[in-house]
Amino acid sequence: RTMKYGTTPGRGIAKVLIANRGEIACRVIRTAKRMGIQSVAVYSEADRNAMHVDMADEAYSIGPAPSQQSYLAMEKIIQVAKSSAAQAIHPGYGFLSENMEFAELCKQEGIIFIGPPSSAIRDMGIKSTSKSIMAAAGVPVVEGYHGEDQSDQCLKEHAGKIGYPVMIKAVRGGGGKGMRIIRSEKEFQEQLESARREAKKSFNDDAMLIEKFVDTPRHVEVQVFGDHHGNAVYLFERDCSVQRRHQKIIEEAPAPGINPEVRRKLGEAAVRAAQAVKYVGAGTVEFIMDSKHNFYFMEMNTRLQVEHPVTEMITGTDLVEWQFRIAAGEKIPLSQEEIPLQGHAFEARIYAEDPDNNFMPGAGPLVHLSTPQADVSTRIETGVRQGDEVSVHYDPMIAKLVVWAADRPSALSKLRYSLHQYNIVGLRTNVDFLLRLSGHPEFEAGNVHTDFIPQHHEELLPTHSVIAKEAVCQAALGLILKERDMTSAFRLHTQDQFSPFSFSSGRRLNISYTRNMTLRSGKSDVVVAVTYNHDGSYDMQIGNETFRVLGDLCSEGGCTYLKSSVNGVASKSKFIILDNTIYLFSMEGSTEIGIPVPKYLSSVSSEGTQGGTIAPMTGTIEKVFVKAGDRVKTGDSLMVMIAMKMEHTIKAPKDGKIKKVLFREGAQANRHAPLVEFEEEEESD
Amino acid sequence: PSAPAAVSRSRAYHGDSVARLGTQPDSGSSTYQENYEQMKALVSQLHERAQYVRLGGSEKARARHTSRGKLLPRDRIDNLLDPGSPFLEFSQFAGYQLYGDEEVPAGGIITGIGRVSGVECMIVANDATVKGGTYYPVTVKKHIRAQEIALQNRLPCIYLVDSGGANLPRQADTFPDRDHFGRIFYNQAIMSSKNITQIAVVMGSCTAGGAYVPAMADENIIVQKQGTIFLAGPPLVKAATGEEVSAEDLGGADLHCRKSGVTDHYALDDHHALHLTRKVVRSLNYQKKLDVTIEPSEEPLFPADELYGIVGANLKRSFDVREVIARIVDGSRFNEFKALYGDTLVTGFARIFGYPVGIIGNNGVLFSESAKKGAHFVQLCCQRKIPLLFLQNITGFMVGRDYEAEGIAKDGAKMVAAVSCAKVPKITVIIGGSYGAGNYGMCGRAYSPRFLYMWPNARISVMGGEQAATVLATVARDQKAREGKQFSSAEEAALKEPIIKRFEEEGNPYYSSARLWDDGIIDPVDTRLVLGLSISAALNAPIQKTDFGIFRM
Repeated sequence: RTMKYGTTPGRGIAKVLIANRGEIACRVIRTAKRMGIQSVAVYSEADRNAMHVDMADEAYSIGPAPSQQSYLAMEKIIQVAKSSAAQAIHPGYGFLSENMEFAELCKQEGIIFIGPPSSAIRDMGIKSTSKSIMAAAGVPVVEGYHGEDQSDQCLKEHAGKIGYPVMIKAVRGGGGKGMRIIRSEKEFQEQLESARREAKKSFNDDAMLIEKFVDTPRHVEVQVFGDHHGNAVYLFERDCSVQRRHQKIIEEAPAPGINPEVRRKLGEAAVRAAQAVKYVGAGTVEFIMDSKHNFYFMEMNTRLQVEHPVTEMITGTDLVEWQFRIAAGEKIPLSQEEIPLQGHAFEARIYAEDPDNNFMPGAGPLVHLSTPQADVSTRIETGVRQGDEVSVHYDPMIAKLVVWAADRPSALSKLRYSLHQYNIVGLRTNVDFLLRLSGHPEFEAGNVHTDFIPQHHEELLPTHSVIAKEAVCQAALGLILKERDMTSAFRLHTQDQFSPFSFSSGRRLNISYTRNMTLRSGKSDVVVAVTYNHDGSYDMQIGNETFRVLGDLCSEGGCTYLKSSVNGVASKSKFIILDNTIYLFSMEGSTEIGIPVPKYLSSVSSEGTQGGTIAPMTGTIEKVFVKAGDRVKTGDSLMVMIAMKMEHTIKAPKDGKIKKVLFREGAQANRHAPLVEFEEEEESD
Repeated sequence: PSAPAAVSRSRAYHGDSVARLGTQPDSGSSTYQENYEQMKALVSQLHERAQYVRLGGSEKARARHTSRGKLLPRDRIDNLLDPGSPFLEFSQFAGYQLYGDEEVPAGGIITGIGRVSGVECMIVANDATVKGGTYYPVTVKKHIRAQEIALQNRLPCIYLVDSGGANLPRQADTFPDRDHFGRIFYNQAIMSSKNITQIAVVMGSCTAGGAYVPAMADENIIVQKQGTIFLAGPPLVKAATGEEVSAEDLGGADLHCRKSGVTDHYALDDHHALHLTRKVVRSLNYQKKLDVTIEPSEEPLFPADELYGIVGANLKRSFDVREVIARIVDGSRFNEFKALYGDTLVTGFARIFGYPVGIIGNNGVLFSESAKKGAHFVQLCCQRKIPLLFLQNITGFMVGRDYEAEGIAKDGAKMVAAVSCAKVPKITVIIGGSYGAGNYGMCGRAYSPRFLYMWPNARISVMGGEQAATVLATVARDQKAREGKQFSSAEEAALKEPIIKRFEEEGNPYYSSARLWDDGIIDPVDTRLVLGLSISAALNAPIQKTDFGIFRM
């Protein structure tokens, strides 16, 4: 235990503890390995078999799944650092990365905290403080009023001084509550009162602040680095404007449409900001930018950001390596003039979430996971593998797909091409949404801003996409071929291997064999009449259209592909059947087609779930509104469940009488667990 | 004329190579083209007629049937079989033009072999859209023939029951005799005793005698609100005792599954019942064990449809049966036996879908030598337990003084005796004429081949219509002569014409199939498949040792 390997000369770090999990832990370990630094992972019980645990040289369990008892348990982590003789702790992002107390604790224990000094964290953690520091350092800030005087008159005066439109916000606010945009003096009074009422109700405090309102702003941030020797540099900006639920989803560097002059001004402002707080290590200065490219300081993130890889891609750097070196006391490896800006990079964040359901976070097993091939200009930053679980306890991000190319259009093409190859089955993801987003003409044109998703909601989130009949044919073909494979497998382990009975030819004498297959496309059933031809092809009739279909299943790299020809049009798609759904992934997009479960199977196997309600994800039952015997109408609220920090109302799927309520308030329900059972009722013809 | 020898796939050394058979036909010749057209026309007719039979009962009857949530019998079979499993259907033309204006498509019952949960099963499905699924005499015959096939080949039986019982107006031809209705239950008992599983699925009514199909079964399934089983239906009960009761209360699924114990499994609908049936078959713990060697299957070298052009529809045109064999067997490989002796009978070994088969085919009338060669070959196959395939195209044994003196009767008897006693699976395909004693020697229906199929060009009768008419005309002329009367050529023609016509009609494969003299009319192109399926089915029964009787030497 006391032996130390790979010690670097001087004050270098020989062993680092990564106080994080998931992709960022893996990311840090990768650079540590490359630099010859031993890595120590910590993990919660939920992460026992996680990728970061496998990758690290050593790994220590630090407690149960909830973060408060594991990844946020400072004492335990310090304990592990000490017992494993790690000289430094890399906090990643999230968790303890911007925790001043933790940075302080590290310092007291003589462990290097890979991040800024605690004072910088503190200064930047308080909004009003950070703003005044920035204003003093000559960094442009959004004008506003944060005063004690909450009189109507005073607030109104300040609003007038800042200039309409303005935004009034509850001082203790969050999540948009107690926030109003006021476009003219006329509406000021009414909006103020309304905001106060809401703030009072939500936070029991109606103190308001006023800020200049920037219409359809962009979110542009600058990567900076500072060292212990008083140097600071910027590594250009990233545009992270496109967000959903106030979270970034797609990021790029450099920001599109920014001229070199603005770029330089942004960078220099960010460096001033860093220097104002004697910043050390990696940091990000966030600005909002209006349509005229005026920018205002918003906040500074005193950590490595999720989206740091896009900066690495355009500057050819390894920012984690920089972090290690600077933490070890070295100078910033490159001077400002030496930092190149080459090409364009995108990062798409792949999340377990349901874009059709307000991006509700999800969790569950990654039953199938296949990714594009990683190479010099394609990075797949992930902390999960096929078979792993996206846990309800942590952030539902599955991976970051990072691509680089010489210019923005090429990088965007590459992003889309790679996204097509990012195929996940087992839980809902935003991959298709990312494809629609990255293919949107306005996005292609670089016209991004923070309201992008709401503004283009209809195109980005079509209410229902009609599945092409050709795709239904492919699904039917895949199903038939799968059956054929199963029959072949059976045949091959019998003694009777060549009997014509064991070939799924569907042959009939003197008549043809037509089989009706029912598949579910969206919410409706599609009947496909499949006629088996003697040459191994199939005629598939859907409605009045007939398709000549043939093909094969083949296996490549552990995945099954369906090679098919529908009316002479050949295509190849990844083919996966999971439970009762067929998944087809191809360059044309992904298709999900259901295989309806026969009534007798569903009613036998899970009496009650059919026509009942199931938990959309693992969570706690917060409230129950109904009891056995109650009559409910479609859409009535049955219970409320809290899952992934969100409230979810379970509604009646049909009119009927409640037979049984399967969970009490406070009980924990697993994903897909039946919650409420309905009385079986005669279906009237 | 044989194609050059090639090295077999499974035996890589040269000494084991088997000669390839067959020649490229002159497809441009007028004979070939005429043959092709004629056979093609017969095949198209076959498909059209089969397509009509496939529909079952009238549109109205079918609509009424499906409106109750019931599946049509062919859909039931499709859903019962393993997805994509072939179905070897028997006697599609049973009852064809048999009852005057009364149409009984497929004889009101569909029978055939298909795989259910990986097991080859005999499926017998009543068609309730045809006269309520009642049993005509031909229905009974077809049901019993299916059971006979099941018994001979040891195939589990699945009865999809939906029948009103015996057809009352025709009770005399369906009830009393040995091979009438009662035989069905007798067969069930006998097969069950021999461990050939009997499964009944009650998907409609099972009244009176019909009640015994599920009752005699080893395991059965009933569909709620559709299936009923009772010895007497509600009208009869009311007449007898005055008791008023609904069919469901009298013999529905609830009664029989919960109370009487007549049925074992309760199904919600047809689909569920078929699903349960598949589960029952899975629980049979049945494993097919082959008594023969197998080799990888290989397609013939020549396209099957050349059979149309080679054989044609004109029975007077001769063809080399080797050309037919070349389009049926694996890789067109044929190991001929005694090629230079008794050459009107072709004998030899081949494989079909990898199964070994001994083939006996006609290349002209049978002489003493050919008959003796045939008997010898049958003995070989029985000794080696190789299934026998008869490709029948025979006008009969040679006639005339020299041949009688040579003892052709006893040589023919040797062949007939050998064929009769042979316990290996025998399969007969009538690919041309089947006349007189030739039919016996070549394993006609009376010789219990496991399966007997006809090509649409085939004809079967005691002799050709022409010959029969000539025989009868000669008899008539002799009679007239004895009476001192003239027998004009016009009179002769008038006498011969209806006889020829009658023989033509009665020798037709549809006439034969309607009466179940065969197991079905098949497209020559499908011959290889049908034989492969038939051999596969036949090999479910162990091949018994053959004991031959006395051969008259």
